[in-house]
Formats: sequence, structure tokens, C-alpha cells
Amino acid sequence: MNRRGRFHITRLFSALVRPLDPHLMAILAALLLCSVVLIASAAPDRFDAQIMYISLSLLGMWIVAIIPTRRLLSLAPIFYVIGVALLIAVDMFGTISKGAKRWLEISPFPRMQPSEIMKIVMPLTLAWFFQKREHFISWKEFQFAVLLLVGPAYLIAKQPDLGTTILVCSSGFFVIFFAGLWWRLIIPVALAALTAILAFSFYGGELCQPDVKWPGLHDYQKERICTLRDPDRDPRGKGFHTIQSTIAIGSGGFTGKGWKQGTQTHLSFLPEQHTDFVFAVLSEEFGLIGVLTLLGLYMALLARGFMIAASASTLGGKLLAASMTMVFFTYLFVNIGMVSGILPVVGVPLPFISYGGTAVVSLCLGVGILMGIRRDKQER
Amino acid sequence: MKTFNEPDENVGRFYVRLLVAALFVLFGCILLALRLYSLQVKSYARYHKLAEDNRISMLPIVPQRGNIVDRNGVVLARDFFAYNLEITRSDPDSMEKTINDLSEFIAIGPKDRQRFYNFLRDNKRLDSAPIRTRLSDEEVARFMGQRYRFVGVDVKEGWFRNYPNGALGSHLIGYINRINADDVKKVEERGESHNYHGSIYIGKSGVESTYEADLHGITGREHVENTAGGKVVRSLKTDPATQGNDIELSIDFELQKVAETAFGERRGALVAIDPTNGEVLALVSMPTFDLNLFVGGISGQDWNMLNENGVPANKQNKPLLNRAVASSYPPGSTFKPFMALAGLNGGKRTLTQKINDPGGFPFGGHYFKDIKKGGHGPVDMYRSIVVSCNTYYYMLANDLGIDGIARFISQFGLGSLTGIDIPDEKEGVLPSAAWKRRYFAKGGPAAQKWYAGETISVGVGQGYNAYTPLQMALATATIANDGKRMRPRVLRAVIDSQGQRQEPPPELINEVSGNPEYMAAVRRAMDDVTRFGTAARTFANAPYRSGGKTGTAQVVKGQQYDKNNERLRDHSWYIAYAPSEQPKIALAVMVENGGFGSVSAAPIARQVFDAYLLEKRTDEPAPEDTGAEDEEGDDPPSNMVYPDFEEGI
Repeated sequence: MNRRGRFHITRLFSALVRPLDPHLMAILAALLLCSVVLIASAAPDRFDAQIMYISLSLLGMWIVAIIPTRRLLSLAPIFYVIGVALLIAVDMFGTISKGAKRWLEISPFPRMQPSEIMKIVMPLTLAWFFQKREHFISWKEFQFAVLLLVGPAYLIAKQPDLGTTILVCSSGFFVIFFAGLWWRLIIPVALAALTAILAFSFYGGELCQPDVKWPGLHDYQKERICTLRDPDRDPRGKGFHTIQSTIAIGSGGFTGKGWKQGTQTHLSFLPEQHTDFVFAVLSEEFGLIGVLTLLGLYMALLARGFMIAASASTLGGKLLAASMTMVFFTYLFVNIGMVSGILPVVGVPLPFISYGGTAVVSLCLGVGILMGIRRDKQER
Repeated sequence: MKTFNEPDENVGRFYVRLLVAALFVLFGCILLALRLYSLQVKSYARYHKLAEDNRISMLPIVPQRGNIVDRNGVVLARDFFAYNLEITRSDPDSMEKTINDLSEFIAIGPKDRQRFYNFLRDNKRLDSAPIRTRLSDEEVARFMGQRYRFVGVDVKEGWFRNYPNGALGSHLIGYINRINADDVKKVEERGESHNYHGSIYIGKSGVESTYEADLHGITGREHVENTAGGKVVRSLKTDPATQGNDIELSIDFELQKVAETAFGERRGALVAIDPTNGEVLALVSMPTFDLNLFVGGISGQDWNMLNENGVPANKQNKPLLNRAVASSYPPGSTFKPFMALAGLNGGKRTLTQKINDPGGFPFGGHYFKDIKKGGHGPVDMYRSIVVSCNTYYYMLANDLGIDGIARFISQFGLGSLTGIDIPDEKEGVLPSAAWKRRYFAKGGPAAQKWYAGETISVGVGQGYNAYTPLQMALATATIANDGKRMRPRVLRAVIDSQGQRQEPPPELINEVSGNPEYMAAVRRAMDDVTRFGTAARTFANAPYRSGGKTGTAQVVKGQQYDKNNERLRDHSWYIAYAPSEQPKIALAVMVENGGFGSVSAAPIARQVFDAYLLEKRTDEPAPEDTGAEDEEGDDPPSNMVYPDFEEGI
């Protein structure tokens, strides 16, 4: 190969690589490596599929990363309308699986879960909205933002899908929070929530009586929360997941039982061990060392996210980056909290690790957005 | 109202919020880290144990059941190792299809199918059942070749019981069968539940039941790793099972065979005891049944057959009933030697005192007849036994009174449990005034009162009298052992898996009170029953001397035998001991509806004595001595030197 040819290849390579933030890329690579290692242990037969999902996700990430953020933001209303339309379609023609109507099957498209899309579309839309109203943000704007959030959230909650509802709501809330919602509104709500949690942990026994109805929640959701308070309430049924995942984590000890040596994992005591409960596999096989390593990677990811938010050049970029970062945190906190038995069982995957196409793709798209915001600033 | 419209201010505000968010995130991560630290480091031991409990479970290893052998080592029951074909429980249609497919190359009969479904029905806790037991090696090989076709079908190895002698000694040996709810309760009471995990069978009758605790053995444990669904992944450690103890019986099985053969087709029972130590030498109940029918669970058809379902009550043979210990009969004249002892020791008669027998005894408006028309004339105690004079005992019973009889004779254990190590023993009835009050507790005072007239027939072993053949044998052994009543026992030794023998010492229950001379005198009279008396024909030419007493018991009170109804014919009794000089064996034989004691029962005793004392085996049923169609023996020959008894002893 001559010099000229080599020059072209170098240029092509740098053009390909330039949009990617090296810090985020390194952290993401490490996380995805963890995923591959854990899926190889927890579900070897899904290993190839996970590699494929990861490749697809990285491609998606790269595409999102090269799209300028303002272009992305300007497309947000269209995404939002499509997203809401799909959610309504799910409500009308959705497929029921495991007692919930979450999937849409319209040939010739592949089976999809529109609520997943909202996890990205929601912060994007709200960031677009606040950017548009950058100099006029006041009470009316917050009211409208809440309105934008509540509609899709209601449709998702109706499916029902508590995990996704929480993630979509929190992603929207984070945008509103970073846009400057008044502390005097936030603090009382936060205090009320804290009081409710404390009250429940003390007086939950009465609330968990079978004849007590909880407004706004399904019976099975109430059961999950009550089971968290007292897993032995139903050790063979609803408490089984929590009990077994806690055992898996605890028995991992400091150094773990070794890769593919987890007894809880490999003797089918763990539920959903390659998806929502994959953290238990990590804890069992790699112990506290593995767990802290993963937490460290996450903290590095979040730190990088906050740095990008801090240095973003537009309000939309700042809001988007900050809320994306907080969404990542929500994912990991809810998932680890659930698997280790301090939060109720809700269907939230461990970000970047759990097996499954939709989750990995949407999370990597989120990383792509962060990278895009980073690049915007560089290019300006 | 503050707004976001001052760019610099906005940016500053945003940084504050970013900082708050970052602190919140940090706080969240620390919270998670603390929780994980607490689980993985502080509570590690607890969760480690929980995870181990999850993955490790124990599978029982069923021990080999102990053998049962006779006093000479003849094997009566043993375990052998064999293969079963087991099918996992699933829906009825697919199980039926599996069985049909299997039967193409493995013999599966309708009995096997029925047993399989019964097993599933009766053992809800087990998730598989044997469709075929005891597969041949060839059958195992054939199945292994087709195994891939059959999900949920497996060859399992296990222990099987085998009774090499089939129907011989079946009541004595007993059988094992599937554990039922009652057995579970009994095992729990013994505190042995843990030892029966995995056990399917338990001793149900005979020695198999009495010595269940010895025979069962100690269940081993295999520690295995299993999945959440209970599927075994691999074996971690094995604590082997300890095989059950062998039980050596005092039974002489050759003698048992001779005795059973001697009965032929007749119903009845025989118990032979070593009088010196209570060891049971033979325990026969006829008819018998094949113990092997019960191995692997008895089929419904066989069970109905053994229980004679559908057979009218008056035609039933009751093969499962252990007549030797669980059925009582009036003893007839075999009661007389004990009556004689009661009279002598109670001071109501002396050895030489003679009563006159005019051919009966009038009492309360009823004439109690002797068999011999015109009577025996003057009869003393000796002659009363040798010729079996009824009038002597009518009078004696009247003189003693019912409670006098009961008080003395209870010392021979009649009417009370002997405590033999065979289950289902019955007490029988030694009548007394107190007994009648108890027995007719629900009747009025008239029904409960003892009438003096009722005492008269008790004197000749009729009336309310009812004893098991075992009780009669033990009472006879007590006479033969100079009044020392030894606990009857079929166990001679328990031999553990190391070969250590444990022998229970002979146990004296009680010693009959009274003058030893009287006992000797009664024995002399019994000895002469076989020489000049009612059993003289049967024991003619016997090279040993034996003592005995015939008995003929009415089946229905007051009714004599009716040639047209065999079931109303009298029961035939014979009690005996031999040799007279120093008895080594005492026995009681009872033949249901056998007629006179000398006709049916005594010839059986002769064959047993011949076998035991002379090792002369007869493989034929004992002949009925039809010539002895009379309850009474010949009078002693006139030239006989009458035994001299001192007066006033």
C-alpha cells in the first residue's frame, strides 16, 4: 500500500472515530465487555444474540453521534407524535403477553415495544421544548411540559408497565428539574415521598392486608411492594425472586464463586438471570470486588455525562445530557436496588449489561446523544 | 416570578442543579455499595449457608432388609437386588400410551398395570411408580436399547423380598407391604421417621412386623447437588446404608414343614414349644398362603382371593388368619389335666379318692351326660385322665366353683396374653364370675350373673372356655417343665451386620403354685393316655414315651356333631409333650371340625414327635385314625399294676 492510500485510510478512520467521545467509548466498552462475560455465564445460548444486539447498538450510537444535536432536537416533535401514536396503537391492538399489553405486532415490522422509544423521545422532546422557549420559561412552560409528560406516561402505566413508567416519568422530570423548576415545589414533594416511604416501612403491615386496595396500582404491583417489605410473606411465590437473588448476592462474598461457578445461577434458583436479575449473577460469581468494579464504571459514566452536560453549548444540549445521565442512574439504581432487595421488583434492566435488544439499543442511543452533544461543542 | 431568561444567571443555576444531581447520584451509589457490603461481607456466612441448603439435598439410600433364618440357618426371608422399570407420574393418557409402547417388548400383564395405578393412587408423595418389578437382565438390555424413546421411564435398582419357602410358615414369618397411613403413624411414634425416607415397604405381619425395627436397617444418605426444580446434577458424598439385622428364629423349619404337611388339607393350628426355655419350635396355622404374593405390592385380585371376598361366611377358610395365636377355641377334654391339678391343689380331691360315675351328673334339673353309656363306675384322678371321664370333672367343677377354677388355672396363662413375639395375639376366655360381669356389661343383672350350672360344663373344657392353640401349648409346656412357665418366643438371636449375635435370655413368667407330686401324678396319667388311654392307638409302637391328652370341642354349644354339616363337626384337640422322662417338646394341635381328638389331632402330634425326636420325616398328611371313633380310651388292662399313691399328700 502506498503512502497516499494509507493517508486515505487514516482520514477515513479519523472521520469515523471523531464523533465518538474516547472517554465514554472506553467506559461503554468496559461495560459491554462485562455484559458479554456475564451473558456467557448466565445464558450461553443467548451469547451470539447479545453480540449482535451490541453491534447493532454501537452502530445506532455512532449514527446518533454524528447527527448534530440541534437537528436531533428539531426532529423531536415528530418522534413524539409517532411515539404517542404507537402507544395508542398498543392500547388498541397490542399483543398481550404475561398479563400486560406492551407489544405491537404490525407486519412487516418486527415486534416492538413503543414504550421503550419514549425513554429517549421524552427527554428529547422536553429539551427541545425548553430550548425553544429558552428565554420565556415560566409557570406556563412547566405546566405544558408536565402535560407532555403525563399523556404517554398514562398510556404506559395502563399497559401496565411500572418499570418503564418510572423511567419515562423520571426522564421527563429530570429535564423539568434541570430547566429550573422551583425548589419550593420540589422540596415538599421530596419530603412527602420520604415520609411515605418511612411510614410504609413502619405501618406497611396493615396496608398489605389482602382486602386493602391501593388507589392507582394493580394488585400485583401492590404485592411486589408488600413482598419487598417482607419477602417471607410468600417465599415460594412472589417473594421467591427477591429471596433467591439476595441469597445469590450474599453467597458471592468478597471474591465470588468464580465465573460460571455460581450455584444459584447455574442451578436455576435465579429468576430472569440473564435479563433483569443479571446483577445477581455478577455478585455471585465475582463477589464484592466485581460489584464495586461495576459501580465504579457506572460512576465514571455518570461523571462523564455530567461533564458533557456542564460544558454543552446550548440549553437543549445541557438539559438533554444531564437528564440522559440521570436516566442511566435511575436504571442502575432501580435495578440494583431491586435485585439486592431494597426496592420492589419492577421490570428495569441493568443498563448496558442485561440481555435484550431494545434495552441495549435505547441505552446506547442515549450514549450516542451524549457523544453528539460533546461533538457539537467541539465543532463550534 | 423568577424565570430562565437571564442567560448568565441560568447557567449558574443549572450548575447548582447539576451539582445537586451529582451529589444525589453519589449518595445513591454509596447506598447501594453499603447494601452490597452488608450482604456480601457482613451476612456472607448466612447467605452462604442458604445457598448451600438450596443446592444440596439428601437422597435416601434404602438399606437391605435383614434375613430371617430358622434355628439351623435355613433362610425363610431374604432380600435380593433387582431392577424395576419405573414411570414418572404424568397425565393418565400419556402414561397409558407409555405402558402400551413398553409392553411391545417387555412383558407387562394386567396385574402389573393394576398394581402400577394402585401404587400411584396410594403413594401421592412419590412421583414415580414401578410398572414392572424384577426385570431380567435381558429385559433391562432390551429397554436400554429403546430408552431414548421413553422420556420419564427409567430402570431403577432396588431390594426385593423373597420368601424361598412360599406358603410354608407364612403366618409365622409374615410379609412386608407398602407403608400406609397407620404405619406412618407407628413409625413416627417410634421416632424413626427419618429412617424411613425412601422406604416403600414395612413388615405387616408375623416376624416381619414384630422385628421391623431390627430388620429394616439404617437408611443411607446421598448428598447431591440439585437444581431449583429438584433435578439431580451430581453426587457430592455418600453415607452408605447399613443393612438390617438378621433374625434367627427358634423355629425348626424342618419340623414346621412336617407339621404343615401333616395337616394336609385340614384347617387348624399347631404350636410346639421347648418347655425348658419357651423357644417355639413350630407355629402352624392352616391353611396358609404364599408370602411372595405380597412382594412388590399384592394385586387386587390376589387380595380378594385371600380375603375370600364373595365366599359365604360358612364356607370361608380364612387363610390370612393366624389361628395359632389370633383365634381361640374351647379346649374340650384337654382342659382336664389342669382341672385335675386345680382339684388336687385346692384340696377338693386326693390322688386316690374315687368317685362313682353312673354315666352322668344331675344338676339343677339337667343331666350332664358322660360319653360312655352307663358310666365308668369308680374313677380316681388317674383314670379320669386316661379314659377321659366327664362325670369326674362335672363333679369336681361343681366342688371347686367357677372362681376356684379360674384362680388356679390362670397360673397356666390360659385366658391371658402369653406375650409371644408374634403380632395379633388374642387373650381367649378363662371364664369367671368377674369375667361374665365384664363381658355382659351391657346386659341386665340376669345376663351378668354367673349361674352354678354354667360351671359344670366349664369343667370339661366347654362353656365359655376359649383358648388359643398357643395358650394350650404353653400350658402343656408348663406341666412338662414342672410348673415353670417360660415366655414363649420365636426369636433366638438378632445378628447384626458385623455378625454380632444378641440372644435374649429365657424368661420365666411364673411358677405354678402347688405340690410337685400332684404335677408328677398328672404327668404319669398323661403318659398313660398314650399307652392305654385315648391316644394309645396313635402312639402304638412309638420308641419314645410321651404324655398327652385328647380333646373334642363342640363347635356349637350343646350340639353334637352333625354328619351332614362338616362345619358343625367338633374341633379335634391334642396336647402333648415328649419324651416323658425329660420333655424336650410340648405341643398343642387343634384341627377345626376334625372330630374326636384321637381321630385327627393326635396323629399329627405323632408325626411331629417322630420328626423331632427320631428325625423320621413323613411327607404325607397324618392319617385320620377312623378306628378311634370314640372319645374314650380303653380301660387299662386288668393286669396293669395300678400306680400306688400315698394317701393324704
